[in-house]
This record gives sequence, C-alpha cells and structure tokens, in this order.
Amino acid sequence: MKTGPDRAAPLFWLLFAAGGTASAMLLPAMVFVTGIAVPAGWVTVDDLARLLRNSLTRLILVGLVFLFLLHWAHRFRYALADLGFVRLGRQAWLFYGTALAGTILAGLAALRL
Amino acid sequence: MTKQLTRPLPRTWWLRKAPYLKFMIRELTSVAVFAYTLLLIWALWSAADAGSFLGFYDFLRTPLSVWLHAVVLLLALYHTGTWIALTPKVMVLWRDDEQVEPDFIAGVNGILFLFVSGVLVWLVFA
Repeated sequence: MKTGPDRAAPLFWLLFAAGGTASAMLLPAMVFVTGIAVPAGWVTVDDLARLLRNSLTRLILVGLVFLFLLHWAHRFRYALADLGFVRLGRQAWLFYGTALAGTILAGLAALRL
Repeated sequence: MTKQLTRPLPRTWWLRKAPYLKFMIRELTSVAVFAYTLLLIWALWSAADAGSFLGFYDFLRTPLSVWLHAVVLLLALYHTGTWIALTPKVMVLWRDDEQVEPDFIAGVNGILFLFVSGVLVWLVFA
C-alpha cells in the first residue's frame, strides 16, 4: 500500500488544465476547418497539404496532440472512476501511457516528411 | 466480519438528475478531444506522401467524417462553454479591495476564444 502525498498528481492536473485550455480555445475552429471548410470545398487538397507540410504547423500540432491527450487521459480516467469502471490510483499508467504513446506516434509522423 | 458502511452507488447515478447528466457530458467531452487527436496524427502521418494524403483528404469529404465532425463540434463547443464558465472560479482576481466581476473574467475569456478562432480560420484561408 502506498502512503504519503502523491507528488506526481499536481503535474497531471497542470497538464490537464493546459490541455483543457488549449482544446477549449482551438478545437472548435480546428473542427470547423476539417469538418466544414474541407467538405464544402473552401480548402482545397493543395491548401491543406501546404499547411500540413509546414514545419511550424507540424511542430504546433505535435504539441497540441501532447496537450489534448493528457487532458483526455486525466479527465477520462476520473470519469471512468465516477462511473465505477476503474478505481482511482489503479490503471493510471494505462491512460497516461496511451497519451505518451500517442504523442510519440505524432512526433514520428511529424518527422516523416 | 466487516460491515459495508458506504452505500453502493449504481452505475447509472448520473442519469438521475439533470446537473449530474450535464457533469457527465462535460467529462465525456474528453472523448471527443481524444478522437480528434487521432485525426491529427493521421493528418501528420499522411502529409508525407501525396497518395496517402489524398486518402486522408477524401476521407474528410465522406458523410461519415462530416457526421463525426458534427458530433465532435457539439462536444467541443460544450467543453469550451463549460471551461470558460469555470475560469472565474479558477482565477479569482482582486482590484484593490474589490473582487473583479466573475462575469467579466468569463466574458474576457469568451472574447479571447472568438478572437483565437477567427485568427486560426484566417490563417488557414490566407
């Protein structure tokens, strides 16, 4: 049985909040672009390719994947605990591990160009 | 023999009252955030070669993608709304002896959201 304060907890709350703010500010506009502007034909395949092949865009997107995934990991873990599917303190690695794996995958994808 | 002193909570507790349901929807907006990161990873991965990028672009134009985006957009907007509504509780500001109006703090964040969204869309179209 683990005792004493959980020294890692503040870090995960910080990343949860950072990801929550980033997604609150940026996600609706991003969904608008890929979900409305692209199907409507306002953004052509060349436009989108140029945007996604830009180094700065790729760097920012990897950063956003990192923040979004840590936001998800934290909030979803607590939601599943509230729903009685997991116990807090158990399986935490599964959520943050998935977030880390996704970030690494995004990093590798960004470096493919 | 040990006696259980906490009352067992049924898994459907969040369906009992509207505020509970709204709380659970708010928490589950994180699933939409997760789903969209998968799309971002696919976007980054496919951009490397023209063939797979065309596959990604064509997927965005399918009805399935449009419907999924519609669901994600609703949840994303709910997340933005609830997140901004919480900002005055997270940052309690004081100007001299007076507390800055909570509505003012949330309002500023709302305007920031509209501004940032406008800039992002403008950057994509420019």
